[in-house]
Amino acid sequence: MSIVTVQLGQCGNQIGFEVFDALFRDSHCPQGLCSKRENEAYQASCKERFFSEEENGVPIARAVLVDMEPKVINQTLSKAAQSGRWKYGQHSCFCQKQGSGNNWAYGYSVHGPRHEESIMNLIQKEVEKCDSLSGFFIIMSMAGGTGSGLGAFVTQNLQDQYSHSLKMNQIIWPYGTGEIIVQNYNSILTLSHLYRSSDALLVHENDAVHKICAKLMNIKQISFSDINQVLAHQLGSVFQPTYSAEGSFHYRRNPLGDLMENLVPHPEFKMLGVRNIPQMSENSLAYSTFTWAGLLKHLRQMLISNAKMEEGIDWQVRPPVSRLPTLGKMSLNKELHFNTSIANLLILRGKDVHSADLGGFKDPALYTSWLEPVNAFNVWKTQRSFNKYEKSAALVTNSQFLVKPLDKIVGKAWNMFASKAYVHQYTKFGIEEEDFLDSFTLLEQVVASYCNL
Amino acid sequence: MTQSVIVQVGQCGNQIGCCFWDLALREHAAVNQKGIYDEALSSFFRNVDTRVVGDGGSISKGKICSLKARAVLIDMEEGVVNEILQGPLRDVFDSKQLITDISGSGNNWAVGHKVFGSRYQEQILEKLRKSAEHCDSLQCFFIIHSMGGGTGSGLGTYLLKVLEDEFPEVYRFVTSIYPSGEDDVITSPYNSILAMKELNEHADCVLPIDNQSLFDIISKIDLMVNSGKLGTTIKPKSLVTSSAGTFKKRQKPFDAMNNIVANLLLNLTSSARFEGSLNMDLNEISMNLVPFPQLHYLVSSLTPLYTLADVNIPPRRLDQMFSDAFSKDHQLIRADPKHSLYLACALMVRGNVQISDLRRNIERLKPSLQFVSWNQEGWKTSLCSVPPVGHSHSLLALANNTCVKPTFMELRERFMRLYKKKAHLHHYLQIEGMEESCFTEAESSLSALIQEYNQLDATKSMPVEDLPRLSIAV
Repeated sequence: MSIVTVQLGQCGNQIGFEVFDALFRDSHCPQGLCSKRENEAYQASCKERFFSEEENGVPIARAVLVDMEPKVINQTLSKAAQSGRWKYGQHSCFCQKQGSGNNWAYGYSVHGPRHEESIMNLIQKEVEKCDSLSGFFIIMSMAGGTGSGLGAFVTQNLQDQYSHSLKMNQIIWPYGTGEIIVQNYNSILTLSHLYRSSDALLVHENDAVHKICAKLMNIKQISFSDINQVLAHQLGSVFQPTYSAEGSFHYRRNPLGDLMENLVPHPEFKMLGVRNIPQMSENSLAYSTFTWAGLLKHLRQMLISNAKMEEGIDWQVRPPVSRLPTLGKMSLNKELHFNTSIANLLILRGKDVHSADLGGFKDPALYTSWLEPVNAFNVWKTQRSFNKYEKSAALVTNSQFLVKPLDKIVGKAWNMFASKAYVHQYTKFGIEEEDFLDSFTLLEQVVASYCNL
Repeated sequence: MTQSVIVQVGQCGNQIGCCFWDLALREHAAVNQKGIYDEALSSFFRNVDTRVVGDGGSISKGKICSLKARAVLIDMEEGVVNEILQGPLRDVFDSKQLITDISGSGNNWAVGHKVFGSRYQEQILEKLRKSAEHCDSLQCFFIIHSMGGGTGSGLGTYLLKVLEDEFPEVYRFVTSIYPSGEDDVITSPYNSILAMKELNEHADCVLPIDNQSLFDIISKIDLMVNSGKLGTTIKPKSLVTSSAGTFKKRQKPFDAMNNIVANLLLNLTSSARFEGSLNMDLNEISMNLVPFPQLHYLVSSLTPLYTLADVNIPPRRLDQMFSDAFSKDHQLIRADPKHSLYLACALMVRGNVQISDLRRNIERLKPSLQFVSWNQEGWKTSLCSVPPVGHSHSLLALANNTCVKPTFMELRERFMRLYKKKAHLHHYLQIEGMEESCFTEAESSLSALIQEYNQLDATKSMPVEDLPRLSIAV
């Protein structure tokens, strides 16, 4: 089954390119560490999901590129075409001239309705190319105007028009200290709207990925290109093919559907995060060896101590000894030391993958009381290694890990809203104070729900 | 890609505008190697086949034929505009883009605004509409003028109202040269205050600049050059002069200063014209830097200062560039942002600078700057990969800061000194449409603005507290 990707805004398009490039390069990587037949099956599965065939053999990404100004899309199209390995469809992009001015209201209320028909038509065309549609990826940032505002609008439309298909939004969480001054407003408006119309929100934090680049990849002068490549690696490690069942050697057909089923048991809890180890520069990779036991131990600790990367993990954090019933609302002032999970999905790729011991993740102490660990924890495997890493483990988690960042953004937006600063820029385009209040209410609810796990 | 139209009004406006077009051409010439008329060029220039008579000559793609500036030149005296039309830039301007008169405004805002405003209203509208029609997607009008005189100040601000009514969706960015204390036009305080009211009400964004700061910057450069500390000679293709190639020892007095302002405008629009990893369009400037409609005055500072490039100073370390942008020496208006309250700050970087450099410097500079309580991380950033001509990187910082308050207060001071004695008032009141109430209204408009800044300043020393949040029933 195929996934159609919608790339929105500068961020969405820049990242989208890196994702398709990473998927393609990995699937054509000669060092798969498995048999030729296996490799071919992997390639075919990846291709079915993400690429369609062109006459002269160059695969075309199953993607629709949308931006309200032309520079980024032009760059993205030419970068893809230059590589000669894969490209975007000639007619798969929608572009305007004026941009959204970092204004969520403009993206949502002006650009959205104005260009609804054109954009949905483009998506329809892409969907028709698929034999069978698994669902949609929507890649967007929260902080700007197009990705956030138009992204929210498009997701809503997708829900109306393709109600049987799944939608996963890849959301880029901005740096804590300003990329854009009104980023907190744009973020809360985006999150509240997406919460109502999307099936899952896979969140990538710029701050976290930046640290990975600095500490683990040892990049001195980090550019957005570096950040996007790390992000693409993380996404690839989740969505490249895996076996459909324990003991099977056929590749899973519906990754999106399976993922949603495993990770989003309740609509109140939709926020997912990815942790992927190991992550290091190519030079270091040549000198490193890994064991599944080591990787899984680190990943487990990263999960429960809410570490975003493999360095600086707090090993003091332990799961609670007995499962006492939670007493009312947990105060946010107390440090959330232990990260309770609703559900976890582990994805293991590489040599001897069947020998990995997963007991640590099945411990009921890791999870909330209303799901049995057998339902809350799932694992996907493949022997085929990913992106030259002999062994790699990715964890997609639905847990409390985002509570603090979310709370921070809501707090900052609230402070700004109280002074009414910048609000006139939004009311100019039809987003009223009430809409802000609705968003605040919804997000406070989400924070409270996660806190109470 | 969007287009912008430059409207240059009055002597000052036209002289700065002239420098701007010269630099813009040079910048695009350096970047555009193939001579193809591309989107970046189209933001400020039209491509015209001059053999075609009349209006049909516009070409939208392909090789560059003849570039015409998207500009409207307005002056009530002929001297400056004629000089432009006889100078090296004469082919860049379309003769249909000019509005001139002969008598001048006599340094009288009322003459510029009321007399010439009504006399030329039709013509102005027609030229503006024409220039807008030539644009695919017009985003912004840049108005360049001075506040102290008659034409730039009076007619320039009259234009704002016209633009607001006729093109309500197009942004109005105003670059205003404020008179310094030692200005030789006695009535400049009157002109400035009357113009301020219009700026308050009809401009989206104002970049105030004062002559004194520009002069100080140039003097420092001269001092450095003449003291021989640097040893090397000034480069022949100096950007200090306005004509390429020849280095004139005796250049026109305001050229160097005008070049700085011209560079400000180029850098402001660079991220909208050229590519980068974090683009910033012109509408984003207003969105991020104007928290309340009245408070739209932005203090600008530029590094490296362009005249510096002409002396062979080794390129400064990247971090030094950021520190410089926050030093008083690089500001285009005399003010002290470091000791006042920041409402918002934008950093527009050009050249080979990456996001990590930007973040590192923000972290470094943040502790010494005071931001208003509800905007503690009030930074807007942009990265444009194309550096300016002759440099590897540059930085333009735009700050919405309460430090403009003293400038306005001083202006009001000077105004009151004249107004109390009714000095020169009769020159204004004899113009039809002018009454004393014009003056009192203008003064109270300015006072209201100062009061808003005062209120914000009062919050400066208060501790930053988080406001109580919405509580949800669980």
